[in-house]
Order: sequence, then structure tokens, then C-alpha cells
Amino acid sequence: MALKDITLGQYFPGHSPVHKLDPRTKLLAVVLYIVALFLANWFVTYAIMFLVLAGSIAISGVPVKSILRGMKPVVFIVVFTALLNLFYTGGDTVLVRFWIFTITLEGVFRAFFMVVRILMLISGTFLLTYTTSPILLTDGLESLLSPLKKLHAPIHELSMIMSIALRFIPTLIEETDKIMSAQRARGADFESGNLIQRAKALLPLLVPLFISAFRRAEELATAMECRCYHGGEGRTRLRQLKYRGADWFTLALFLAVTVAVGVLGRFGL
Amino acid sequence: MNDAIIKAEDVRFSYPAAEGVTPVVLDGVNLDIREGSFVAVLGHNGSGKSTLAKHFNAILLPSGGKVYVAGVDTLDEDRLLEIRRTVGMVFQNPDNQIVANVVEEDVAFAPENLGVPPEEIRRRVDDALKAVGMYEFREHAPHLLSGGQKQRVAIAGVIAMEPRCIVLDEPTAMLDPIGRADVLRTIKTLNRERGVTVVLITHHMDEAAQADRLVVMAKGKVVADGTPKAVFSHVEELRAVGLTVPDTTQLLWALRQEGLDVPLDALSDEECAEALKALLQN
Repeated sequence: MALKDITLGQYFPGHSPVHKLDPRTKLLAVVLYIVALFLANWFVTYAIMFLVLAGSIAISGVPVKSILRGMKPVVFIVVFTALLNLFYTGGDTVLVRFWIFTITLEGVFRAFFMVVRILMLISGTFLLTYTTSPILLTDGLESLLSPLKKLHAPIHELSMIMSIALRFIPTLIEETDKIMSAQRARGADFESGNLIQRAKALLPLLVPLFISAFRRAEELATAMECRCYHGGEGRTRLRQLKYRGADWFTLALFLAVTVAVGVLGRFGL
Repeated sequence: MNDAIIKAEDVRFSYPAAEGVTPVVLDGVNLDIREGSFVAVLGHNGSGKSTLAKHFNAILLPSGGKVYVAGVDTLDEDRLLEIRRTVGMVFQNPDNQIVANVVEEDVAFAPENLGVPPEEIRRRVDDALKAVGMYEFREHAPHLLSGGQKQRVAIAGVIAMEPRCIVLDEPTAMLDPIGRADVLRTIKTLNRERGVTVVLITHHMDEAAQADRLVVMAKGKVVADGTPKAVFSHVEELRAVGLTVPDTTQLLWALRQEGLDVPLDALSDEECAEALKALLQN
């Protein structure tokens, strides 16, 4: 088992206009995109959404193949949703009737749109994580949520926790690899047996991993104190997030699309 | 320049009593560290050297006695940030002191905490990374660097605070020989070229030998204090506290035990070779 092969955040470094957008713009655009997807309800509106998505992917330069690869884990949910909608949507135009099932024309359309909606939802969010590094995402989230600080929500702390977690994932993976090798050298077996046996074999792995993680946490806390960390108050940042012309344009575009899709959707398009 | 940047007066420290036993870690330490000097603190495991180091920037507070950093009592909680900004600290495990997942972000951590304006942070980060020779790695992920490189990033992270003194607690203990040499060279450059006071906690004799002043600790007390040459010539005393001496001193000492007239204070390989040559020529 090569734990090191796991890639995190699935970030594709690049220099496309989509990569260069402010993370807050991308986060807000994705939110607008999702809202618009739920407002869309017929061919015209879905076609608009598809154009938006396809355009974004094309500009980002992210290979379509890797977006499709990301769909694998959700195939089951998509199929399940499709079948459910197919069989349980009532309607007047009955296409097929057998045993207890009835398939109506409405059901076919509904199943089709649901599938398209889920796939487009996932593609859109993938595009966000593919084109934005995890640190920028965290920074963007902190900045967007900062008004909540007035309500004493621990926004700075949350984003600090998130970025430290991201920082330590590769370190902990490396450590897991080491402990596994050490235990394998002493005859531990992680690969054979049924699911329960394998889960049990992992227990002696988790104990030392947890102990070391706690020790690391303590040392890191001391090191952070030594570097004058005292919470988010009065903190400045090296990297400043800044909205540029392209950001305003993107936000305006997505807002316009959402409004347009919302209006057209109400007319049943 | 010659004022004491760190002053320890009869410092005592013990951990809270467990099962009736109070483990005394520091037992009356007196120490003055002059600004601009390079001091090595040598000691065996459990000698209290790391505990002493943690007193130098108020991570630990003395149970008895006083520690002054640039004249400020470390018990003064209102001036904690000032103390920590004056004395930076680097630890043994570089993995556990790097906060961010990009090198330059990590170096920026301390100035960000201090509320330094962004342009000034940028200048300090570049400057600190150049000082440790890691500038070309500024956009790398720390976990892909070697141990020595990570430790140099950790040192840069402290330098970016622009401290007057850096305390390094066994910074080379987890590194390979190349990493050790790089880190040591970096420390020495900082001391010589920037006048940063360096306190190097170590149990490597050869590292300690490179300092201007050597403090030997055992059982929570300072047992020897002087130039490395002077301290290492007391071979028996060092042995008594469980420490060895550098190979050169060891050789000369063994020769002296056999009744040969060689100086004990020839610490570097060259000096030792000279001493042996002089011996052979007689």
C-alpha cells in the first residue's frame, strides 16, 4: 500500500485566468452557480448552465478527463437517484408499464435532469478545488466569513486549524507508513483477512499514531508561542487577497446568469 | 554590545510533585549571556539544559530565582511578547515547528503574529530566507525538503522576528551529517555577520567546540564555564558528569597519561596535528 501516492486537495497548479481569480470570487461564484443549478428546470436553463460550466472548464485548462475521473465515487448515487426518479415520478404520458412499475415521460425527463444537475454540481465544485490551492481556499473562507467574527464566531481559529491540518496531513501519512513498516517487520499483517480482521489489524497502528500526533501538537503549540502567536488579534498577513477587474467581471457574470436562469426557470424554460 | 542579553540569577525549577517526589531539574543556575556571543550549553540527557533553554524566552517560568531578558523579568506577563521577540527559539524536530505548508508562508508566521505591515513582512521573509540560504525554495512545500533544509527554514522563521538572540535546543539531533554541517554553518554566519547572540544547546562535543564560550551542565547545575579549550582540558571532570571530550583532546590526554609533554588545549584537528608534530620533533 503506497500511502504516499494519495494526493490531497486535488489541486492542479496552473496559470490560467481561473487559477488567478481571487479565492473569494471563486467561492462566491460556486455558490451562485449552485443556486442557479437548483433554479434551472428545463432545457433552456440547463443549456445555459452547461455553457457556463463548459466555458469555465475550457478557460481553466483542467483536463476534462480528470474531472470525469472524479465522478467515479458518485456513480452509485447518480444511478440510484436516476432510478428513483424514473420509477416514482407520476405523470399522464405512460411509456412502459410492467409488474408494479410505471415509467412516464415526465419521469424520464426528471431523471435525466436530476442526473445532469448532480453531475454539473460535482464538476463545478471540482473545478474550484482543482484550480485553488488549499491554503488560498482557507484564506478565502476566513476572509468571507470574517463578518461573523463580530458575533464572536471563532473564524480565525477555524481557519488556523484547517491550515495546520492541511500542513500535517503529509507528515502524518509519512509517519503511518513508517509505523506500518515497523509493525510489518515484526510480523503484523494488514492485507489479508476479511474487513473486520483488517480493521482490527489497524488498531495497533492507530494507538502509536495518536500518541505521536498529540506529542507533535504539544511541540507545535510551544513553537507557535515562541513565534509570538497570540490568536487572530492584530495579526497581519503576508499575502493580501485583492479583488481585481477580472474578479468583479466574474462575479457580475455569475450573478447575471443566476438571475437569468431564475427568471427563465419561472417561465418553465 | 557587551551587556548581558540573558541573565539567570539562581534559577531553580522543579516539576510538580508526583508520588511524593519533587523532581528538581534546575538547582540554582547563574548565567550571564553577553550580547553578540556564541555560547554552547553542553550536558548529558537529564542535565537540565533544555529546561534552562525554555526559561530564556518565558516558555517556562522559574520556581525560584529570576531570569532577565534584555533587562525584563520573564515573570512580567505584560511584556511576554517583547521577551519572545527578543529571544527566538528553535527546537529539535523541524517537522513540529513548521506551521504553514509553503516555506515563505511559514517564515512569515512570526511577523504576521506581530502585526508587521505586509510589505515589511515580504522584506523580512526574503531577507531571512537568504540568510539561511533557502531563498530559492521559498515556494516549496516543507514536507518535501530534507531535514537540514527544514531546520534552516525553522531558523529563518525565527530570524524573521528579528530577534537579538536565538536559542537552539539540539537543532541537529535529528539530522544527517550534511544537514548538521549546513545548520551549524548557518548558525555561525548569523552570529558572525549579523551579530545575533546564539545559545546552542547540544550534546555533540564537536559542535560545542565551535562556540566562543562553553557552559557544561550536570544535574541542574553549571559545572564548568569557560572557553571550549579551557573546559575540554578538564578531561576527568567531564568524564565524571558522563560527558566525553572531542577526539583530539582525548588523544592528547591519553598521551599525557603516558607521561608525554603535549598541550591539552589543542582543540582543532590542525592544532592537534601541530602539537603531535612538535612532540615527534623533540
